[in-house]
Amino acid sequence: MNFVTIHKRLEQNTGLLIFGILLVSSIGGLVQIIPSLFEESLSTPVENLEPYAPLELMGRDIYIRESCSTCHSQQVRPLLSEVERYGPYSMAGEFAYDRPFLWGSKRTGPDLHRIGGKLTDDWHRAHFLDPRSVVPQSIMPAYAWLAEREANHDGSIERRLRALKRLGHPYSEETIAGAAASLEGATELDALIAYLQGLGTSVPSEGNVE
Amino acid sequence: MTKPNPNEPVASYDDRAVRAFTICSIFWSIVGMAAGVYVAAELVWPEIDFGLPYLSFGRLRTVHTNVVLFGFGVSALIATSFYSVQRTSHVRLFAPKLASFVFWAWQAALVLGGLSLLAGWNGGKEYAELEWPFDIAIAVVWVSYAVVFFGTLATRKVKQIYISNWFYGALIIVIAMLHIVNSLAMPATLGKSYSLFPGAQDAIVQWWYGHNAVGFLLTGGFLGMLYYFLPKQAGRPIWSYRLSIVAFWAFVYSYIWAGPHHLHYNAIPEWVQSLGMVMSLILLAPSWATLINGVMTVSSANQKLRTDPALKFIVLALAFYGLATFEGPMMAIRSVNVLSHFTEWTIGHVHSGALGWNALITFGTFYFLVPRLAGRPLHSARLANIHFWLALAGVMLYILSMWGAGITQGLLWLTLDELGEVRYGFIEIMAAMNPYYVLRMIGGLVFLAGAVLMAVNLWKTLQGAHPEPAYPPDAVPEPAA
Repeated sequence: MNFVTIHKRLEQNTGLLIFGILLVSSIGGLVQIIPSLFEESLSTPVENLEPYAPLELMGRDIYIRESCSTCHSQQVRPLLSEVERYGPYSMAGEFAYDRPFLWGSKRTGPDLHRIGGKLTDDWHRAHFLDPRSVVPQSIMPAYAWLAEREANHDGSIERRLRALKRLGHPYSEETIAGAAASLEGATELDALIAYLQGLGTSVPSEGNVE
Repeated sequence: MTKPNPNEPVASYDDRAVRAFTICSIFWSIVGMAAGVYVAAELVWPEIDFGLPYLSFGRLRTVHTNVVLFGFGVSALIATSFYSVQRTSHVRLFAPKLASFVFWAWQAALVLGGLSLLAGWNGGKEYAELEWPFDIAIAVVWVSYAVVFFGTLATRKVKQIYISNWFYGALIIVIAMLHIVNSLAMPATLGKSYSLFPGAQDAIVQWWYGHNAVGFLLTGGFLGMLYYFLPKQAGRPIWSYRLSIVAFWAFVYSYIWAGPHHLHYNAIPEWVQSLGMVMSLILLAPSWATLINGVMTVSSANQKLRTDPALKFIVLALAFYGLATFEGPMMAIRSVNVLSHFTEWTIGHVHSGALGWNALITFGTFYFLVPRLAGRPLHSARLANIHFWLALAGVMLYILSMWGAGITQGLLWLTLDELGEVRYGFIEIMAAMNPYYVLRMIGGLVFLAGAVLMAVNLWKTLQGAHPEPAYPPDAVPEPAA
């Protein structure tokens, strides 16, 4: 019996064909994903990593809402030129509180994983309101509307923190209860800047983005 | 083997869903490509978002990718799978009411999903941005699609399941698996959820999904289209049945491993990266086996290539398929990826596949399909020929400009001076991209113009603008010149 004869049987039975495809297509995923889910080094936070503070979390969610990762990666590769340009290369444990991960696949603009603390809040503010006022050649959109809206305008911060707590992020009840108050008066722009200023700061950093 | 039989023993097939999905696919192709051209223009003139959140690059680009993938691509796949599964099974569509549900629910998900992306609902995972309510809706529609498709197969009157149906079957099963696992998330509000997987693990799951959405939707699904419509149009059976069996199972087995090549030198274990790279190289074999099968099938129908615009599109699509499935494994080699990763080269590669392969084979198939659905010859073969050259010029301009941009960018980023410091500032390199961005925008615009011509041509065909009398379905003569 050659393989064509064997295959005839698969071709004559819809159920067998479905089962065959499911079986053959799942092997690769099982081999790569299952061990990765049990690999603790991938999900154990690095020493100084804290879960995002409420304001930073709102900022991160705005970063996702505006699809910033379409143009900005958050992944410094272990290459001399990247470490020179951006700072220490990225390590898995730095992303333990990142749901989803935001490493990105494209750098239309520079990598942002080590942006935290490199530039002042005022620089970021001016840059978001009008990128070309700070960087004349910039092709980044302006995000002026972020300055006009309160960070917690829909009152969702508590629900956001609770969802993450259910996934195991160590938020205390006090943090959650005080979250709305801590966001009082902050705009979406403040939140986004707070997020950027904390990015990649759990390991000592040098290098520059210019 | 079961060949597509021109004399199927069924009086008529149920093509209502085929027709509806075809029209919507054409509509979404224009919307999606127009959004693409607009975001390309925003990289040249960043002010043209006018400070409006929903015209802002990040949101509009997400709409572009989702509309072309799930509006244009998936609608075309469902239309052609419903068309071919009936004709290769010699039965009418199973559960026609469910098929109608699949149509309306899918279109509703596209409209509402597109609006939700503009409003900023975004799960944050590339090519899976729609938030959890849509993820659930998509899963329900997809299972319904599976019931209609496999139900039709299960009630077939032909002993053997034809090759195209294996590929459409793999599309349905594997996409269901990928979508469900990758969308697992904890909802916080109606429009916001957090991935079940953290950081590096999320990255591995996401690219298992992302790469295989390319694999089983953009490659496998469209190979189903190829295996039915190429022999049908060329009037020849598939060249090698044995080769198609080997290529199919090798494809289903090896594609799924290749995802980690999207994460070379990223913070995931090295063994996962190496495995992804090796399997990406192996993938070249089944990809090109199918290419050879397609080329050999059409090579005996050379004469028809001169006269039939539909066949021309499909053969050109096959050439781009060969190109993209060669380029992909090359870019998956770690030492090439060092240069290509994060650059415009990736964008060029995606578009050589998406425009050159997916869009062209879909256009060719629609030029074949719509006259048959209408029971009239194509409104204008001349317009279709103009479309062909516009499409070719557009895609070439697009991918050449992105190769230029990507390789320039990659080299300049990596260049160090004699002191071991980076030689060129990021902004300097970014500013150098401008001419390439202009060329890419023009390429996209030319490609879009061709698609608009097609939409007009096919619409007039459906409306009966051509003065010819109606023909019975599947008995349409050569298109009028």
